[in-house]
Amino acid sequence: MVLLDVENLRTYFETRGGFVKAVDGVSLQIEKGDALGLAGESGCGKTTTVLSIMRLLPFNGRVLGGKILFDGVDMIKIDEEKLRQEIRWKRMSMIFQGAMNALNPVFRVGDQIIQAIRVHEGITKESASKRVEELFSLVGIDPDRTRDYPHEFSGGMKQRAIIAMSLACNPDLVIADEPVTALDVIVQAQILELMRDLREKLGLSMIMITHDLSVIADICNKAAIMYAGKIVEQGDIVTIFKHPEHPYSQGLLTNYPSIKGEKKKFAPISGRPPNLISPPPGCRFHPRCPYADEICRREDPETVEMKRGHYVACHMKNR
Amino acid sequence: MSHEESIVEIDDLKMWFPVRTGFLQSLLSKEQLYVKAVDGVTFDIKKGEIFGLAGESGCGKTTMGRVILRLIEATGGKVRFKGEDVFTFGKREMKEFRRRAQIIYQDPYESLDPRMSIFDFVAEPLIVHKIGNEKELVVDALERAELTPPQEFFHRFPHELSGGQRQRVAIARAMILNPEFIVADEPVSMLDVSIRSSILDLMVRLRDELDISYLYITHDLATARQVCDRIGILYLGKLVEEAPIDALVDNPLHPYTQALIAAVPVPDPTVEKSKAIIKGEIPNPINLPPGCRFHTRCLYAEEICMKKEPKLIEAKKDHRAACHIVTRK
Amino acid sequence: MSMDKLNLYMKRLKGFINQYKESKLGIIGFIILSIFIFISVFANHLSDYSIKTTEGDLSARFQSPSYKHLLGTDDVGRDILTQIMYGGRISLLIGFLAAAISGGIGTLVGLFAGYYGGWKEDILMRITDIILVIPGLPLMIVLAALLGASFWSIIVVISVIGWTGTARVVRAQVLSLKERPFIESVRAIGAGDLRIIGLHLLPNVFPLIVAQMVLRIGSSILAEASLSFLGLGDVTKVSWGMILHWGFSTGALFNNYWWIIVPPGICITLVVLGFTFVGYAFDQIVNPRMRRR
Repeated sequence: MVLLDVENLRTYFETRGGFVKAVDGVSLQIEKGDALGLAGESGCGKTTTVLSIMRLLPFNGRVLGGKILFDGVDMIKIDEEKLRQEIRWKRMSMIFQGAMNALNPVFRVGDQIIQAIRVHEGITKESASKRVEELFSLVGIDPDRTRDYPHEFSGGMKQRAIIAMSLACNPDLVIADEPVTALDVIVQAQILELMRDLREKLGLSMIMITHDLSVIADICNKAAIMYAGKIVEQGDIVTIFKHPEHPYSQGLLTNYPSIKGEKKKFAPISGRPPNLISPPPGCRFHPRCPYADEICRREDPETVEMKRGHYVACHMKNR
Repeated sequence: MSHEESIVEIDDLKMWFPVRTGFLQSLLSKEQLYVKAVDGVTFDIKKGEIFGLAGESGCGKTTMGRVILRLIEATGGKVRFKGEDVFTFGKREMKEFRRRAQIIYQDPYESLDPRMSIFDFVAEPLIVHKIGNEKELVVDALERAELTPPQEFFHRFPHELSGGQRQRVAIARAMILNPEFIVADEPVSMLDVSIRSSILDLMVRLRDELDISYLYITHDLATARQVCDRIGILYLGKLVEEAPIDALVDNPLHPYTQALIAAVPVPDPTVEKSKAIIKGEIPNPINLPPGCRFHTRCLYAEEICMKKEPKLIEAKKDHRAACHIVTRK
Repeated sequence: MSMDKLNLYMKRLKGFINQYKESKLGIIGFIILSIFIFISVFANHLSDYSIKTTEGDLSARFQSPSYKHLLGTDDVGRDILTQIMYGGRISLLIGFLAAAISGGIGTLVGLFAGYYGGWKEDILMRITDIILVIPGLPLMIVLAALLGASFWSIIVVISVIGWTGTARVVRAQVLSLKERPFIESVRAIGAGDLRIIGLHLLPNVFPLIVAQMVLRIGSSILAEASLSFLGLGDVTKVSWGMILHWGFSTGALFNNYWWIIVPPGICITLVVLGFTFVGYAFDQIVNPRMRRR
């Protein structure tokens, strides 16, 4: 069952220097129970993609084209009030980047979650309070600690509280933007374990954004690699990690540092990510691609389904 | 790779930061509290070696790098550079030391002076040490840092460069005096993934060509594995294990190291997932647990662990660990 | 290298001017100040009248504004408008000099206190606090009385009281700069304290100092006006405060000779306003840029 269907999404930002083509033709699908890892480097458009889906773009961002269907609901056309009442936080919630540090220091942690619940559901303070205690147990925090302030929570606990907040209204889809980047290694493992558990227990679908490919391999069943506003390759997790086809994915993955297994040699990708106001013509990766040919410089490659469920956007591979 | 002789010897190094308490508290309690960021650490770095120092937040690794270079004054212990005690150096010897020992910082956005041109920034060490021939040496340094053509960077400013380029500028400046020892404090953790390998590759090649020794400070064990010859694991200011990198990763002895390695996710969906074998988080560094600092989270803790601090001693050949259980044999 | 340095400074200046143009207040302030500076500089071409006390027309004392004397005359028959024009010279000059000196002192104190910390910082900041705590005007009055009333002693008095604000602001900025890795990296290459303070801290604090100094000019002019009004200024020179002083002491208020009181007051107000606007515009440019990556 397809829960989220994004087709040819285009989101641009209006800046002094021109239009930044942050997301330029992105298509993806989440089926119920999927955990999609959205990977890519800074500026590739992964956060903008999910902000577009949740309609939380900053004032100068505009969805200029494409389709976003969430369980049949047209997310672009639906009006703001309905979106807030029925979808946002209730069926689709988000863990923002750095959210654990954005907890309001002068309010108790439990109260902040209660507030989030009551904005979206008109229940009493008592019921909300009870729900928060249940959520804390669910995410592994002692329920007695709902009356603590953020500074009394450790880093890992804060992140658990943020996860609790995102689950408060029992959503179908949780979008997590770099949920473990700021955490220490062992706490990161604890949180990843928690997320795996919750996915199973609650049947959650997930989009996980990160630049850390090992985290994606650890927790997701599908992956989409983004580069300069486009998805260059996507498919199930084993195919992507074991048989990447796009030169960029190959460049990233074949020598990704790993704590186990064969020790890899350095194989850097030359060049730098492009300027998104005036990206290179044709395939955006061509200036850095070891296989670039004439056509790559002229034409933007189509996304082709190479194998079932495995999509690649590369002229060299499309033949 | 690395020679037998040590270039840097760290001996029982201590760095304690006094905790500033409120007025009332300082009247009531007699004891001064300290954050013992580095609390008696001993190890050697051999010439031409890349020695990794890894640990989670609060373990003291960043402080260590700066204390070793005497950018902060240590509370106790010794640091010997080529046999000489750095902490007893006078002004002249310190200046000489600063020619030979350099640092590369974590944040490429904050470690360059925003008002200096790249040329001025990279040339500055030459001016401080009154070495002439600036233009030629700057070109040389920029080329070695793979910023080509160098002349194109002379008049540019940090805000015009990318993170990776800025880090290369920092490397060029660190290299221009031909140092023998470089402290690299998480040099790639703030860079994009695809840029990291090129910077690390550069650092290793410079070591191969010029025999520079590195103290590579990091929290990322996966890249440490690619880069380091030997590695030490820090926990709450103490070295809990130290060994050649392969020995430590393949056969970690200390329970904390074991937990760390099990927790690192692997970029391979077909192998075992990362595991959190221990619970909880790092305790408050002001009120340290008695005995072994790790005992509160350790799966194997026994009574002796709660009473006596374990010493860092050789458990296997060239593989030291600070754990009563491990070193019992 | 110096040709390139020059080009660099020109580029920075152009950038600054472009940003400045966006501030409406800044433009208003600039226009006000330009007018006053122009009038002060060219006073001798704009008016034929003399401001010397001995050259007043005693037959034309206390005349209200007329075609011949657009702002009337004072107690010794001198043209008020001319005095306003020449007076601008003294007021502005004292303002600039006092601001420059107090800016300099404040910067040095702020740099050293912020950089060295410890007991040096404590002493410097305690001195700063003491001066800040004592009410400014009474203190200036006492100092002026002690030092005597001359052009330079007034400047000294105003400077000695006025450096504290800059010192605090500079120190705060230095404290935050000190923590940034690029400052430590200068120590790491072996540079001494003076190099760090002079070549690294100072250039990064400089925009802030300039913004502070512009605001200080306004307050210095006000201070000079106050002291002169009270009779503690240089009585041999004509400044706006002095015009007010002579006006009051010869009974202008009592007799309702408003043309002696109101014009100097308006000029002081406008000029201080002008500097405040310009200072505000500077501040706006300086502050966001500090955080730019």
